[in-house]
Amino acid sequence: MGASSRVAQALILAAVVGLFVLLAVTTAGHLEQRGIRSGFDFLLEPAGFTLGESVLPVDAADSTLLAFVAGLLNTLRAALPGAALALGIGILAGFGRLADNPLVRGLASAYVNAFRNIPLLLQLLAWYFILTDLLPAADAAMRLAPGVFLSKSGLSVPWWGETGFEIPEPGGFGIDGGARLTPEYLTMLIGLALYSAAYIAETLRAAVLALPPGQRLAALALGMTPRRAFIDVLLPQAWRAALPPVTSQLLNLFKNASLAVAIGYPDLVSVAGTSLNQTGRAIECLVIVIAVYLLLSLGAAAISHRLEQRNLKGRPA
Amino acid sequence: MRLDALRRRFFGDIVNTGLTLLVLAALVLWLPPLVRWALLNARFAPDIAACEALDHRGACWGVVAEKARFILLGRYPANDAWRSILAAGLIAGSWLGVATGVLRGRFVIPALALAPLVAIPLLGGGVGGLESVPTELWGGLPLTLLLTAAGMAGSLPLGIAVAYGRRSSLPVLRGLLTAYVELARGIPLIAALFVASFLLPLFFPDGVALDMLWRVLIAIVLFAAAYLSEIIRGGLQALRTEQLDAAAALGFSDWQTQRWVVLPQVLRAVAPSLANSAIALFKDTSLVTIVSLYELTGSLGLALSGDAQWRPFYLEAWIFIAAIYWAGCVVLARISRAKPLPP
Repeated sequence: MGASSRVAQALILAAVVGLFVLLAVTTAGHLEQRGIRSGFDFLLEPAGFTLGESVLPVDAADSTLLAFVAGLLNTLRAALPGAALALGIGILAGFGRLADNPLVRGLASAYVNAFRNIPLLLQLLAWYFILTDLLPAADAAMRLAPGVFLSKSGLSVPWWGETGFEIPEPGGFGIDGGARLTPEYLTMLIGLALYSAAYIAETLRAAVLALPPGQRLAALALGMTPRRAFIDVLLPQAWRAALPPVTSQLLNLFKNASLAVAIGYPDLVSVAGTSLNQTGRAIECLVIVIAVYLLLSLGAAAISHRLEQRNLKGRPA
Repeated sequence: MRLDALRRRFFGDIVNTGLTLLVLAALVLWLPPLVRWALLNARFAPDIAACEALDHRGACWGVVAEKARFILLGRYPANDAWRSILAAGLIAGSWLGVATGVLRGRFVIPALALAPLVAIPLLGGGVGGLESVPTELWGGLPLTLLLTAAGMAGSLPLGIAVAYGRRSSLPVLRGLLTAYVELARGIPLIAALFVASFLLPLFFPDGVALDMLWRVLIAIVLFAAAYLSEIIRGGLQALRTEQLDAAAALGFSDWQTQRWVVLPQVLRAVAPSLANSAIALFKDTSLVTIVSLYELTGSLGLALSGDAQWRPFYLEAWIFIAAIYWAGCVVLARISRAKPLPP
């Protein structure tokens, strides 16, 4: 490496470090003016707020750290089942778009077109309106199946409760027993799954269409039916090509779970927002959010890399 | 023969027949009530009494007429509404012009870049005798279009610069840029918007106060540029090296090679991905409502949430703006197919 490029690098580094020092000094000045303390000590102090719902019970006297953990668990609670649903619906819709049957193809195309071209936030707002405004009140809940009730206050399903395995039934003020999924949670689950599934369907379709046409012709020439050729010859190859973009869609679903803040589902970002408003520690709260998402992204990237490697090994020579 | 082919497509085997019947049954079950709700029973006039009398047995499209200005233009002053409409028309016009092929060749990039630059003083005023309108009053469709157009216009040059920077021979520069790209791509846009909303004011020296709109635009540009740089970098890597040899043989300088040989081919090759990014950005602008900028999605909430009379017809108003977003996405997708770029 020449001397000139070393000088150039030193200058770039000096400029960046200088910029960061300048920002830090300015920021410290502002924080002092406004009397905001800094540091992560607030994490161990009582949160002072409660969460609308949580897998991990948190009350105002618990530490802020616990509230953040509960927020992260809430994010995962919406994103993980959402990802599984998205994958399932996406695969079905992707097949639908490739089907010979024009009715099936038309239906799948209409779904993919509509859900990809409307902002996710707008879709979530519509689901939330439907689930909280259009459904009947809890005392007139719709009975979807034995023990499954849907109303303005959410979806009640059979689940283990205080008295063992409970089957929900209409009670005095609504539905008693079992587990209740809130409208906020259902909105996130349905909204995230249907939005991501439309993208996954498109990815799968593109992967199948990108295969050389000779693959299908060869399979047909060997006497396979079109359906066998699709399942045994085209799909395994397309799946390999689709894996990286599909994992990136699932990662997007994770990031999109942060839209929960708009409808009041207490995910990591909304906990950070609430805590930020209470303590004024904007930098600390946002650093936590950014760090968690970066770690999740890097982790997912590592897993997807592993999967690809394994897939390459499994490939016939 | 033709009939036979049709029969095979719909009723080829048991699975196919079953699917056909299932879809048909769903259509028969759902389509008539939908048509009845959306058209036959619907009210089109902004008449609240008639709409309430419907009791949701039909759509009340009157809500769109009643709230059109609020939904489409947000809180922009009514007296100056024409400026807001003109600004939206300029940006939408530049997109439509390129998508339909009316604007082509060397007009494409100037038109797409200039439209938001003209829209900003038009909306903001303070020049040429226009009364000044503070940015927090900008809203609705013009704001959605402005954030998308200005976001793309700002992030594309930055994205190209970052892509070249990551191919530099200086490891320090490469490392810094890689860190930036991975950071921006790893976080959700909301986190970036929160940074713009809460942290950027702390970073600026005393006396410098940028409006929320400009802070959000900075965040959007930095966020989108990271994604665009990855697209451009992919295009640069895919370019065949013979192209560089040929340019060198013709005596092109480095700069000339990039400007006349490399960039045009790369941009044309990645145009579909760039259009996808523009579509993603167009939809993502809806998130700025979370930091209190009332673009199309936000102004829908603003128009209806405070109005107990009209709020029950949220779904109808929602369908109206969903259709606008859908149309915008379709137009943007067409831009990449218009083969608009000059050599």
